[in-house]
Amino acid sequence: MAKTIGQEFVKGLWEEIPPFRLVLGLCPTLAVTKSVENGIGMGLATTFVLVCANILVSLLSGVIPSKIRIACFIIIIATFVTVVELMMQAYAYQLFQNLGIFIPLIVVNCIVLGRSEAFASKNKVVPSFADGLGIGIGFTISLTVISAVRESLGTGKIMGNQLFGSSFEPFSFMVEAPGAFICLGLLLCVMNMVSSK
Amino acid sequence: MGDYTVLIISSILINNIVLAQYLGICPFIGTSKKMETATGMAGAVVFVMTLAAIITWTIDTYFLKTLNIEFLRTISFILVIASLVQFVEMFLKKSIPALYAGLGIFLPLITTNCAVMGVCLINIKEEYSFLQALVSSISYAVGFGLALILFAGIRERVILGRVPRPLQDTSIGLITAGMLALVFIGFKGLV
Repeated sequence: MAKTIGQEFVKGLWEEIPPFRLVLGLCPTLAVTKSVENGIGMGLATTFVLVCANILVSLLSGVIPSKIRIACFIIIIATFVTVVELMMQAYAYQLFQNLGIFIPLIVVNCIVLGRSEAFASKNKVVPSFADGLGIGIGFTISLTVISAVRESLGTGKIMGNQLFGSSFEPFSFMVEAPGAFICLGLLLCVMNMVSSK
Repeated sequence: MGDYTVLIISSILINNIVLAQYLGICPFIGTSKKMETATGMAGAVVFVMTLAAIITWTIDTYFLKTLNIEFLRTISFILVIASLVQFVEMFLKKSIPALYAGLGIFLPLITTNCAVMGVCLINIKEEYSFLQALVSSISYAVGFGLALILFAGIRERVILGRVPRPLQDTSIGLITAGMLALVFIGFKGLV
């Protein structure tokens, strides 16, 4: 059964939303979600790479020999990651500093390679574009949610705005590594509870 | 000598690659359900990470930096890692079949293990010398193995317990990893 373009787009937002449904790309999810700003920045950078890589892979899928396809996909992805890296360095230097080595590491984000392999190499350009955009936006939403939970509990602020009264003691635990793991685990549990009903 | 001891301890315990630097979490969650797969993966990572770090360090210092083409770093590093993994796989298959049987299925997975690429990038970012890069990458790899094996041990026990349904599998896995990370924070005052 062929899905429409709209369905390809929407499935990335709930049905296959990373990293909850597709348990891939956990490293950037945990590492950059200390603040909402970083989360959104990382999400958008990944979306850009996903969409561009999906388009190019689906265009070239007839040309790339299947034996060396993974290597070809990785080169395509790495090219776009370099583009993002240079753009961020030029126009969003603070964000570039905050995200650090996690920008070049988008190359090894399994979500991007996974979509190229599982979707873009077997489908036409327009569905691949919709798929990349959907998954990318889904990823951005997840990162925003996780970082909102962690930042609000860990520092008591969201993007500089004080959330709770002055008597609130921030749990600095939430912005450290253990908080990241536990927060993601609990959110995953909530997702499971909601979807099993 | 003292500097190297500090480097080793901080790379294995304090800045543990998985539990403090958030790298290589996908294989950490994915291969930790059984002790056997965990030890296999740990072995493969130690092997590949050390080789990859040495090669990428050499390329970066003598090739990319001298020609002023550092913007190609991401592409060249991932190519080196991907081809290295492929090469190691072919080499082991041909000459050391026993080791290949043990590590075989984990090798392709390593290409997309961000810990390997991450360590290569950290070595460059910290401007380590060759020996420092070598020592730190071995220590990081040992740290990865240590965390993975500890985690697999805990997970094998967790499966036996009665876990509420929505928490099962990855969810409880992540929470367990959080507890383990909490333990590793305790090492912070060590150096």
